[in-house]
Amino acid sequence: MNAAAATVPSAGGGPFRAISTFLYRRPTFYLLLLLVPPLLWLGTVYLGTLFALLTQSIYSIDEFTAQIVRTPTFATYKQLITQPANLDIVTRTLTMAICVTLAAAFVAFPIANYMVRYASSRTKAIFYVAVLVPMWTSYLVKVYAWRLILAKEGILSWLFQAIGAQGVLDAILRLPAVGGPSLASSYLGMFIVFVYMWLPYMILPIAAALERVPASLIQASADLGARPGQTFRSVILPLVMPGLAAGSVFTFSLTLGDYIIPSIVGAPGYFIGMMVYQQQGTAGNIPLAAAFSLVPILLIAIYLSLVRRLGAFDAM
Amino acid sequence: MNAVEFREVARAFGTVRAVDRVSLTIEPGEFFAMLGPSGSGKTTCLRLIAGFDLPDSGEVLLEGRDVSSVPPYERNVNTVFQDYALFPHMTVLENVAYGPRMRRVSLAERSARAHEMLDLVKLRGFEGRRPAQLSGGQKQRVALARALINQPKVLLLDEPLGALDLKLREEMQIELRNLQRRLAITFVYVTHDQGEALSMSDRVAVFNSGRIEQMANARELYKRPRTPFVARFVGGANVAEGEIARKLGGSSQPFAIRTESVAVLAPNDAVSSGFVAADGTVLDVQFHGATCRWQVRLDAGDVFSATCNAGESARVPGHAGERVRLAWSREHMVMLESA
Repeated sequence: MNAAAATVPSAGGGPFRAISTFLYRRPTFYLLLLLVPPLLWLGTVYLGTLFALLTQSIYSIDEFTAQIVRTPTFATYKQLITQPANLDIVTRTLTMAICVTLAAAFVAFPIANYMVRYASSRTKAIFYVAVLVPMWTSYLVKVYAWRLILAKEGILSWLFQAIGAQGVLDAILRLPAVGGPSLASSYLGMFIVFVYMWLPYMILPIAAALERVPASLIQASADLGARPGQTFRSVILPLVMPGLAAGSVFTFSLTLGDYIIPSIVGAPGYFIGMMVYQQQGTAGNIPLAAAFSLVPILLIAIYLSLVRRLGAFDAM
Repeated sequence: MNAVEFREVARAFGTVRAVDRVSLTIEPGEFFAMLGPSGSGKTTCLRLIAGFDLPDSGEVLLEGRDVSSVPPYERNVNTVFQDYALFPHMTVLENVAYGPRMRRVSLAERSARAHEMLDLVKLRGFEGRRPAQLSGGQKQRVALARALINQPKVLLLDEPLGALDLKLREEMQIELRNLQRRLAITFVYVTHDQGEALSMSDRVAVFNSGRIEQMANARELYKRPRTPFVARFVGGANVAEGEIARKLGGSSQPFAIRTESVAVLAPNDAVSSGFVAADGTVLDVQFHGATCRWQVRLDAGDVFSATCNAGESARVPGHAGERVRLAWSREHMVMLESA
């Protein structure tokens, strides 16, 4: 038997070959075989439960018996929209989400740009690890650590005192709305923790988008007479927009849905996530909790359509 | 006044001397080629003219003005990039009008000028397309129009035809040459293709390891190469150096002999005086249509090539392993500087 004959598999050759041939001859069936299990998972576990949750919101709760009334009604939504306290919660959460997203973008862009354009491959690897490692540590540990950092007797106020800038900190804390008795119990503190938490989710998509902008485009822009600012506005920003949009969807939606950070750090005002947690738990008002969970979904849908209209995905 | 001048320009990357104290002058309106293998420093020189890179020492002058520390956007030169570097999120018209837009030229004027440029490169009707919808040749023309719209004093071209197929490349060579004559702009053309450099340029600088080996017009380079590197890289000539030069030429001074000046004879053929003969063994004979190219390992050591008209080679049957005698006239030998 020569070598050439050995490399050609003989016809027949056992049940595995028969199965393999069967599947090879029926590519559609093969595709379905591989695709159906994950699709079922996505369909029933993800979308199914989401749908079940949202249907709860068209029920209402009987004020006296605290029983859920299973007749379709808009009463719960009406309650959500008309009660000023609920609207306050939505506005507060939305404002925080917008501020956190903007701040994360402003902090993340220079870091991502440095990583992609200027760092040596070694420094770049260190940066990627530095961005990723905090994501591997426990979320709760990080939030409680920040609570200690921001506390009245914490390291940050100690630092302000040590450099003789106690007055600056006090002035910041005296600001209306964002201030408070200490950083740990102010919206400013909560904002800092949010930005810290979600920053990697902003850096990574921006860095990925920047990697896809060839250096020659930036050189071509300068070559044609564009100053660095003009190059940034006309070439870099439009090409990085998809990454920026992806990152902002993360920071925006994570802030809208979070209930742990607002309950550990920051001022006493409620956020959507806390409201959902409380309504479905202690208050037992599942319909209102479900109605509240629809708010972030709607806000993100509106946000995405706005971003799309601004042309963020044109360069994709 | 020189369009471009280098005075002892050096640029190193780590321990690699990409450009090693190069001096050169390029005259206004000249078609100047920088020729060399990859890593020879020609592209770094181009980047130094464009301003994408700054010299470690020495001076780069544009029209007599030292621009060694002037950023690209303040230099009156434009570049056609090897990968074209078209902005993917802009239409063809927006790409071409980019330069004037950055210089705050009004929309009406810059559109008019962009249309003019698209006419010049024969791309009328493509204004609304995106770069992704263009062929390689069309992208090349857009890149050219975009670089010419600013009316630069010097146009830099970095292997602009490298990605095109042979036929398109030949067409574009003629077109570029005509365009350069018509616009009377200085062209600095980087290429590793010696045929392209010789056929298009007024003058060629041959780069090797960060230095210019020879700077001359095409005929001079081909007929009188000065160094073994130039003889090999530009002329594709046979070069004998050291011991082999002594055996064949009688002195240790290296010499070059072009392949078309070498005749292939039978092993015992007599050779007239004034000719040099060298015996060897055939390695391969390649058929190129009009010509045949013989590769012969000489008994003296080197492999020499001979190009014969296809009809003439019948004198000796061309089989690998065959013994042959190569012969050439002393008059055709070009003496070279030792490396």
